[in-house]
Amino acid sequence: MERSRTRLVSKTIVEKILSEHSGLDAYAGDIVVANIDAALVQDGTGPLAVQQLQKLGMEQAANPERTILFIDHAAPSPRKELSNAHKILRDFAAKTGAILSDVDEGVCHQRMVEDYMNPGEVLIGADSHTCTAGALGAFATGMGSTDVAIGIASGKTWLRVPETIKVYVTGEFKKGVYPKDLMLHFIGMIGADGATYQSIEFCGPTIDAMDMSGRFTLANMAVEAGAKAGLFKTDETTKKYLEERGRGDKWREIAPDADATYERVVEIDVTDLEPTISCPHTVDNTKTISEVIGTKVDQVFIGTCTNGRIEDLRIAAQILAGKSRNPNTRLLVCPASKEVYLQAIEEGILAKLASAGAAIINPGCGACVGVHGGILGDGEVCLATQNRNFQGRMGNTEAFIYLSSPAVAAATALEGVIADPRKYL
Amino acid sequence: MQIKGKVFKFGDSISTDHIAPGRLFHLRTNLPELAKHVLEDADTEFAQKVQPGDFVVAGKNFGLGSSREHAPTIIKIAGVGAVLAQSFARIFYRNAINVGLPVLICDTTQIDRGDELAVDVGKGEIRNVTKGITIQAKPLPDVMIKILNDGGLLEHFRKHGGFALDA
Repeated sequence: MERSRTRLVSKTIVEKILSEHSGLDAYAGDIVVANIDAALVQDGTGPLAVQQLQKLGMEQAANPERTILFIDHAAPSPRKELSNAHKILRDFAAKTGAILSDVDEGVCHQRMVEDYMNPGEVLIGADSHTCTAGALGAFATGMGSTDVAIGIASGKTWLRVPETIKVYVTGEFKKGVYPKDLMLHFIGMIGADGATYQSIEFCGPTIDAMDMSGRFTLANMAVEAGAKAGLFKTDETTKKYLEERGRGDKWREIAPDADATYERVVEIDVTDLEPTISCPHTVDNTKTISEVIGTKVDQVFIGTCTNGRIEDLRIAAQILAGKSRNPNTRLLVCPASKEVYLQAIEEGILAKLASAGAAIINPGCGACVGVHGGILGDGEVCLATQNRNFQGRMGNTEAFIYLSSPAVAAATALEGVIADPRKYL
Repeated sequence: MQIKGKVFKFGDSISTDHIAPGRLFHLRTNLPELAKHVLEDADTEFAQKVQPGDFVVAGKNFGLGSSREHAPTIIKIAGVGAVLAQSFARIFYRNAINVGLPVLICDTTQIDRGDELAVDVGKGEIRNVTKGITIQAKPLPDVMIKILNDGGLLEHFRKHGGFALDA
């Protein structure tokens, strides 16, 4: 891609971050070798990464205190093969000083933003939802095991600087409508491959007013539009989040230049947005709630890196407190991390949810990825707050997965069919 | 490099869950065993029938979803010569090159199940022998050609002692 460099002085967020990390004046389309600030693998991708480094004779971590190995996809291990895979990560951590995030600690993407990532940094992760950290004004992207292995060992990775789609959001959410509905609506609009090879910048008054939890939900699902990253500028909300976690000194201003070049601008007004649902078997197969209301549901799952934060559990508890789930619909609740879990205990949320008939699962990814804890039966329907509904995703190709906000999920657990949460709020 | 083989045809949006499903998560450290199930959730007979050099041909957004490198790896272990699709999901595309699996972006509407193809990966030339037509694939980016020619990212890194991606 040839672009006239002399005219280009303004940069998007991703162009700025990758310029800073490569020492080049980098623009969309350029290939750069970038220094990375942090790297993650999880128990599904990490063992292969370690084996690749063993093959290379480079079983090392360039930056061990920011190389994090998560045991979250099969946590605690449901079978011996996986326990043995976990041992590969445990041994690598012991050998290199890399950090092991064990079975009690939760989902990698939630853990990365809670404890590790800061504005302006570069994160590569062997998990597609690594893009979650983009909400903090970082460049965070998912790659395969070999890419991340080499990043861990050398502290570098190669990247094609992506073009950026600017998503400008206006309007106030109506009661019962949330950032998750916005993101499903957006993916339905542009398609599951609508942003392939590109990054997304979320901005506008609605984003400025959004809490970090909502921004994480949007960033988390950027990959479901095919994007390499989903980024946000930093502001007082970012600063407060970092300060609450003892990293106030890591805040810095991250913003695009005013006249940066965008691939295109997508404008969304959320004023009339309805609760939105992704129907089987693709995330971009979206419908408004009125089109699917009444669909019988066998299992409701509230959790994951998309919507397993304390703010999500509060909404679920608000709807379910003092009531009981429909007897024909089981309800699984999985806090995204230990921090969320402890907070939910402290606030009495888990007691309310368990009393309403929820099975509380320890923080992890198992149900969402179909490894363990929530696998569906033939012909069964699940409504989940996660980010993916591919055929076979929750362990059974004969099952059907719908995606929604935690509010829709909670209302659905009450009624046993897909239900509108607004009457309960 | 010319590859000859038969076509296995798939539709749009073949995900990494179709290729290497989560229910077989425990086989990820046993890739030859996992490869026996490759693409099973999209075509139950594929893994048994595929012969070395055969092609996976699909529609749009092949490989969407997870970052699992196991997906292109087991397609390669199964003997597939190349994957041809109208478009690929980003992470799958990068992973495929990293593990040395050729992936070509081209019009696949004139390729059907069982067709014989002869593919020149370097030139991006696809000869549909059965139909007597030639299809031109979009050229791979230079960076990808370098990594593929070195035999994948690991070999590239070993050979050059680091990244050597400059023109």
